[in-house]
Amino acid sequence: MAFYSTSEFKGGLKIMLDGDPYNIVENEFVKPGKGQAFNRVRVRNLKTGRTVEKTFKSGDTVEAADVHDTDMQYLYNDGEEWHFMDPESFEQMTANAPAVGEAAKWIKDNDMCRVTLWNGVPLAVDPPNFVVLRIVETDPGLKGDTSGGGGKPATLETGAVVRVPLFVQTDELIKVDTRIGEYVSRIKE
Amino acid sequence: MTISAATDWQPSATLVRLRARAALLARLRQFFAERDVWEVETPLLSAAAVTDPALASFTVHRASGGHCGYLHTSPEFPMKRLLAAGSGAIYQICKVFRDDERGRRHHPEFSLLEWYRPGWDYRQLMDEVAAVVRLALEQPALTVEKISYRELFWERLALDPWTASVDQMRAIAQTAGVATAQLELDHDGWLDLLLTHCLETDLGRNGMTFICDYPPSQAALARIRPDAVPVAERFELYLQGIELANGFTELGDAGEQRARFEADLAERHAQQLPLPPVDAHFLAALAAGLPNCAGVALGLDRLLMLATSATDIDAVLAFPIERA
Repeated sequence: MAFYSTSEFKGGLKIMLDGDPYNIVENEFVKPGKGQAFNRVRVRNLKTGRTVEKTFKSGDTVEAADVHDTDMQYLYNDGEEWHFMDPESFEQMTANAPAVGEAAKWIKDNDMCRVTLWNGVPLAVDPPNFVVLRIVETDPGLKGDTSGGGGKPATLETGAVVRVPLFVQTDELIKVDTRIGEYVSRIKE
Repeated sequence: MTISAATDWQPSATLVRLRARAALLARLRQFFAERDVWEVETPLLSAAAVTDPALASFTVHRASGGHCGYLHTSPEFPMKRLLAAGSGAIYQICKVFRDDERGRRHHPEFSLLEWYRPGWDYRQLMDEVAAVVRLALEQPALTVEKISYRELFWERLALDPWTASVDQMRAIAQTAGVATAQLELDHDGWLDLLLTHCLETDLGRNGMTFICDYPPSQAALARIRPDAVPVAERFELYLQGIELANGFTELGDAGEQRARFEADLAERHAQQLPLPPVDAHFLAALAAGLPNCAGVALGLDRLLMLATSATDIDAVLAFPIERA
């Protein structure tokens, strides 16, 4: 089992707290003029996504979390789980709904995703920052209609709904920024 | 901080801030020259080291491999030897070294201004520290507030730091969301946690705040005043939530000093920390007679941070340790 001392703390370090893997978001070293030093950290629970603050006595050690990111190709969903493949080793893995989370809205077959593995098991899936998806349904959008802030909802082939400009029509391909869930542009076929 | 090979040769401070450092040093030297306090130099590398369990000294090895000594964490012991030798009022501007201290306000190698005033007590010295800070920041009207350690905890947390139980302090820390159930600290450790996590950011918001009269368990090298409730004649200066200076009416009793060293070493032993040799020359100087005096150490990098509105110590250092 690997351990980290508080002196190794920095943003991005993966540690175990109360049985869950966490990512250190921010580490602050605090010390009174004389006396006990502390590491005050903001950590994000990699299972729930929740961020909390923790304080450690400087010099304490914390168990390292066996967490690392790997790029994998999304293959298909079998109705229950999402199947991914390592493009180099061709090794396949399945991720469950909590791990895939929001990414399910954006990914389709063959997309490359960033998969976070904890003890070798997918813990989280990040979709590509930009995806190109087909619109399966949106109102025709009358010319000159500016209601709804100049946009309208469009349902994409993955089921995600994004706001698109009025001129964008059903069956067109659009580019979406998955980090903010927003339309970027139309893509010509 | 991200390090890029292409740019890490460059200073992390702007040249404007580095010039501000030079100007600050010049003003400080003039200040002390006008007051007949003379500048001294003492060894950075010494055979003995500080015993304080909360301070970690860098160990130096000879080129041939053998142990050589320690880099000092403050020039306090040799400066007191000079005082015992009859130096009169002295100051020093030097680099000091503290292992394992790195953060937005900490750097393992930093600049300290330390000075001693024979015949003064800590109250008189606080006034001079205030004058130095006003001069350094070019804010002649900067106000001063003094509050005792006990009043501070009582007013802000309704807690008497002398009598509070560990459970009481843990409960306050947990309510404030700064401690988990697993955190194990001793009495002073909990006080340190509450001070740094719950009180510090509000200290010195509108001017200089001196905290004075510390619990005897946190006396460090301060004299203890035998009041009905004994207090250590120690002060800390805070400005804009930043701890700037630590001063004492200096302990002159060699026997008491030796006892504190031994208590430190016992604590170090319990914590499985290195056990450095005690400074015998310093103890001999106290036995020979240290004049009644007050002394203070002031962090120059932090003073410069305040003078130049920097929020990270790297912004006032030419080359921080990651690119040293």
